[in-house]
Amino acid sequence: MNDLGEKNKLRRDDYYYRLKQEIEEFLYDEAELLDQRNFSEWLDILSDDLIYFMPIRRNVKFGTHNEKENTREGYDISWFEEDKWTLSKRIDQIHTGKHWAEEPLSRVSRMITNIQLQNVKPTMQEPCEVGIKSRFLIYQNRSENECNTFYGKRSDILRLETGVWKLIRREIILDQNILMAKNLSIFF
Amino acid sequence: MAEKDNYSGMVDGINGLIDRQIFANEKIYSIELERVFTRSWLLIGHETQIPNNGDFISSRMGAESVILCRDPNRKIHVFLNTCTHRGMKVCLYDEGNTATFTCPFHAWSFATDGKLVGVPHEKDLYSKSLDKEKWSLIEVAQMYNYKGSIWATWDKSAPNFIEYLGGAKDHLDLALDSLDGSEGGTEVFGGVHKWISPCNWKVPAENFCGDSYHNVSHISVDMVGIGPSAGSGEKGRRDNELVDAQHLWISFPGGHGIHSAMKPANNEYIEAYKDNPIVEEYYRHCYKERELKLGERARIVPFVGTIFPNTSFHGRQPRALCSWHPNGPQSSQISRFFLVDKAAPKEVKDLVRRYYMRYAGPAGMTEQDDMENWNQATASCNGAIARRFPFNYQQSMGDYKINDPVPGMVSTQMTEENARQFYKCWASYMESQDWGKIMSHPAQTATGNGI
Ligand code: FES
Ligand SMILES: [Fe+2]
Repeated sequence: MNDLGEKNKLRRDDYYYRLKQEIEEFLYDEAELLDQRNFSEWLDILSDDLIYFMPIRRNVKFGTHNEKENTREGYDISWFEEDKWTLSKRIDQIHTGKHWAEEPLSRVSRMITNIQLQNVKPTMQEPCEVGIKSRFLIYQNRSENECNTFYGKRSDILRLETGVWKLIRREIILDQNILMAKNLSIFF
Repeated sequence: MAEKDNYSGMVDGINGLIDRQIFANEKIYSIELERVFTRSWLLIGHETQIPNNGDFISSRMGAESVILCRDPNRKIHVFLNTCTHRGMKVCLYDEGNTATFTCPFHAWSFATDGKLVGVPHEKDLYSKSLDKEKWSLIEVAQMYNYKGSIWATWDKSAPNFIEYLGGAKDHLDLALDSLDGSEGGTEVFGGVHKWISPCNWKVPAENFCGDSYHNVSHISVDMVGIGPSAGSGEKGRRDNELVDAQHLWISFPGGHGIHSAMKPANNEYIEAYKDNPIVEEYYRHCYKERELKLGERARIVPFVGTIFPNTSFHGRQPRALCSWHPNGPQSSQISRFFLVDKAAPKEVKDLVRRYYMRYAGPAGMTEQDDMENWNQATASCNGAIARRFPFNYQQSMGDYKINDPVPGMVSTQMTEENARQFYKCWASYMESQDWGKIMSHPAQTATGNGI
């Protein structure tokens, strides 16, 4: 995850807050699409070269967290290292109506908070690419009484593609070691 | 329940009936920990997870935490992760490298060969009493490095691992040997799946010992297509490599159940991994090499299997070893690591790694549906009424041959025989039988040379 040290911190001016508002709306709209199970429409806001990554997190000795805590994209087995194609397959699978881990569909609410911008390119005045840090709290209720709560951090990059924001990268840092849920059958 | 500890009665292989209580009952569960998991051989990890001296990972045997580590003389050890003083865990990490395991509680410290090497204020407080030699970390009774996979048992009198595996060895080899047929040569990807699933550990263990009948539960992923040729338009969750093969369901002494397949005599390579020509070429090349090396034996190709009690493997698509750790009568803690040929080109490692991730485990499109079924099947065993009704294990009763066409008790049609034998063996452990009884099996008695 990118470090949001004082040095890299964007100036909190009008441009920042205006852009932040726009980005927040994007993220809330996205959460709404997913919560309302409009999966195909969600796919439309993903860029064709999307990377969607969720590492497995280990307990490691103090001082080795940077290299060792999370599994590495491109080398290790992680929970997710997906592209738009595999995500579209996951959606097709739900749409068969025979994906028993999501049939009947889970009830899911996504809370997205602590939104902060970083790495706005090329300029704050005319942004084309924005890095965003946020937190999520996702409640999943399925079948009769099965509940999962997922807390964690997201690090997103949005890019303007023909005038529309598209998600080009999402790194999901789930705050769990041994996964407490039997399945990760929802989108983060 | 179990008033007379009549476990054989609960798993009636003659009539194909299995009592639901074995998947739910607290007392049966705690007896399993005592009688199954302290005697049988359990999977701990893989040597490539601890390549250097001082490397360690944490793992689990039954419901207890263990450490797998390599000492300064490159020797591999498996220790119970508990301080011999007052029980605190001496290793708090999933992996790392260390010279000693120093207990956080009172700071006794243990070398990576298990020896107690440091006791604070030893001279002042313990000069008259403490024999440090006697207070090493608790080490397993037997450990075996089989082609890189590390196994252990707490029972000194257990048959050695190779004897324990018996004929199942040839099939486990299909996962552990290189694709070109050379011995071993596999490595583990970084990143171990660890998750908790509300199912009894026996449910997935049984699933992997040859429940091919549940194929239908994966219809959604088969409709969608996620295999290594899916990008080229192929449906299904894996390539069609076994399309011309005779599937074989094989039970072995010791309760191991295997589902492999036998290719026709011409052993034709079937094009797979079409999404990347370099990968396809690698598999094609290895297929030919393997046939040259192994001849007739190369006709046997892997699917899945369970090594009793709780280790399962996928042989090829995907390729992984997995433990279903008991975690309560209705909960399992699962861990799985994934294998690949050490010598495989980067393109192969990349493609299979990404395929494994979309296929297997709690984020995998295939296994998610298994989990749902295992869990709700387990939950049913709690019902006061439901548990009066045994499960039906009557599929293909009596439809097997001994050592034909391959060693073992073999069915050439889908069968629950592997499961029936798995539970028969389970009952032998639960009734504290001797090893002779535990390893007795139709494939052994019919020929006298089963193992
Ligand atoms: S419990 Fe480990 S030193 Fe006391
Ligand atoms: Fe399955």
